[in-house]
Amino acid sequence: MDTETTQLSNRSLTVRLVLFATGMFAFGFLVLPPLYDVFCEITGFGGRTNTTAALAEESPDLSRTVRIEFVTTVNNFAPWQFEPAVDSMTVHPGQMYYAAFNATNLSAEDRTGQAVPSISPVSATEHFRKIECFCFSSQEFAANEQRALPLQFIVDPNLPEYVDTITLSYTYFESKHVTRR
Amino acid sequence: MADHGPARGIRRWLYATNHKDIGTMYLVFSLIMFFVGGTMALVIRSELMSPGLQFVHPEFFNQMTTMHALIMVFGAVMPAFVGLANWMIPMMIGAPDMALPRMNNWSFWILPVAFSILMSTLLMPGGAPASGWTMYPPLVLQTGDAFPFLIFSIHLMGLSSIMGAINIIVTILNMRAPDMWLLKMPMFVWTWLITAYLLIAVMPVLAGAVTMLLTDQFFGTSFFLAAGGGDPVMFQHIFWFFGHPEVYIMILPAFGVVSEIIPTFSRKPLFGHDAMVYAASCIAFLSFIVWAHHMFTVGMPLSGQLFFMFATMLIAIPTGVKIFNWVGTMWRGAMTFETPMLFSLAFVFLFTIGGFSGVMLAMVPADIQYHDSYFVVAHFHYVLVPGSVFAIFAAVYYWLPKWTGHMYNETAGKLHFWASAIFVNLTFFPMHFLGLAGMPRRIPDYSTQFADFNAMATIGAIGFGVSQLIFLYVLLTAKKGAEATDRVWEAPRGLEWTVPSPAPYHTFETPPKARIATEAFE
Repeated sequence: MDTETTQLSNRSLTVRLVLFATGMFAFGFLVLPPLYDVFCEITGFGGRTNTTAALAEESPDLSRTVRIEFVTTVNNFAPWQFEPAVDSMTVHPGQMYYAAFNATNLSAEDRTGQAVPSISPVSATEHFRKIECFCFSSQEFAANEQRALPLQFIVDPNLPEYVDTITLSYTYFESKHVTRR
Repeated sequence: MADHGPARGIRRWLYATNHKDIGTMYLVFSLIMFFVGGTMALVIRSELMSPGLQFVHPEFFNQMTTMHALIMVFGAVMPAFVGLANWMIPMMIGAPDMALPRMNNWSFWILPVAFSILMSTLLMPGGAPASGWTMYPPLVLQTGDAFPFLIFSIHLMGLSSIMGAINIIVTILNMRAPDMWLLKMPMFVWTWLITAYLLIAVMPVLAGAVTMLLTDQFFGTSFFLAAGGGDPVMFQHIFWFFGHPEVYIMILPAFGVVSEIIPTFSRKPLFGHDAMVYAASCIAFLSFIVWAHHMFTVGMPLSGQLFFMFATMLIAIPTGVKIFNWVGTMWRGAMTFETPMLFSLAFVFLFTIGGFSGVMLAMVPADIQYHDSYFVVAHFHYVLVPGSVFAIFAAVYYWLPKWTGHMYNETAGKLHFWASAIFVNLTFFPMHFLGLAGMPRRIPDYSTQFADFNAMATIGAIGFGVSQLIFLYVLLTAKKGAEATDRVWEAPRGLEWTVPSPAPYHTFETPPKARIATEAFE
């Protein structure tokens, strides 16, 4: 090849490689996050659970019991106390239950907080249905106010046989950090 | 083309477009970074010499682990291989220079800027990044003023690597001597071609991931913030989608180097050249589908764990092909043990140990115990130090006479090898036991039952650090030895040995007849 043809083919190959690199950036930055969301939404990986009210349909399966465990965390040492009223409960799939969480604003000023839920194991995420949950919206607390936050849920009878324990974890955030996409 | 020499003084380096000058700058830069990162490693090891806190604050300790990793990965190992590529690839394929000399200049000069930015974070309020080189959120978002500087320096390093990789691919694909077919190319050129593709594929993904960290911190997005509907685990997925190919970016050129050196000192052609090419391509492909083995403990479904476990173990097969072929090359060869060969032999042996601990880590049930323990530290240091770094040493000793025109001091070289080989094992072998006994990584203090092995590792690290001064001595006296012949060694193969020693400023201005030139050796 003479110098001119080499330079031309160098240029076209360089352009293609730059486009490839740009494409990989776009793939990482623009494509992967929504893809990950969709993937998690469909499969329930990552502990995603419903953030709006699910439909209630009671058909209790009294032959089976499932243990529900509650875990709470306050994010970043914010001045909240946030604990479940009971650490765990035993439920029948298909029956409606109520649980309460106690939240206290430990500071001397008004605060707004919101809990973000997560479910484990993965195979239970789509079968744990929250009918009413304080985590659907934010809660305003006056200075030093203490209040019980309600949760109403139903475990889908289609929950896989091998799941006998479901852990529901809430992390309590200062509301200003919480944005719904 | 007029026969002109280099410009004089600093302009020769600032405006450099000659592949040999740029290669030299890359190698010198990486040597400096190797010593900087090594000093940080010694800070870490000194603190861990005995239980309790003695020299540094825990926060500073974490900064040291983070900076040591970033500097060694992006500042020492990767630029060293790019430097070797710059120096050797045009000479190995019969090209007059790299295809894109001005871009070559840019891709080098971005690096000192990137690392000045990174190093300057040590002086900032809040200190340098301390979240580990993996930069997992939400921890990394707690970095002080250094945070945006960390992100921008990563961007620049990525930019430099991508430009370097594009240059290498264009050079290899378009600038070969007319009769050098792809499958006739030397292994070093082949492994670099594959590495360059890996770089272009994954460095932009890392850039994307750190950009998301940046927007999460400053522009109100919630890619990784649970409060906003994001997921911190997604960062780990994206990071390791980059991170796993990255480890092959650091080892494939090392495979290439060793595949050049072992045939020379065994006086036999490389056994199974084409199989080596396919094995390297296989490793590159597999590297894209195994990333989640770095995060088995995030709560992955069983099916995912099984897939990533089996895919990971599959990598042992092409890697085994390579090890087997190196041994096959040595089989019944007339072997001699000059310094480059010693480092290559140690590479084959010690890299295999790192490979074995890698297979152990690939097993999900075992990994859940090993995760984030010193066993992991032992594993990746075995593949990176007596792996990549030894291969770089081997390459430097192998090609140094071609670069300088003089034989280096062989006695000092051998001393450097034996000291390095002994101390590297003293440093990293006890870490296997520490990890199995449950010592977590990235901690400045530990309980007393780990004291003995830690003391051994620290003594080894100091010894290894001091041994590198011998290497420095060899380099500083590189021009004092006897004059090297053009072929330098008794039975080397490849076009680079057909040019004079030292290699003239411009080589192969007219393309050589590659096959005639190399077949004359055989």
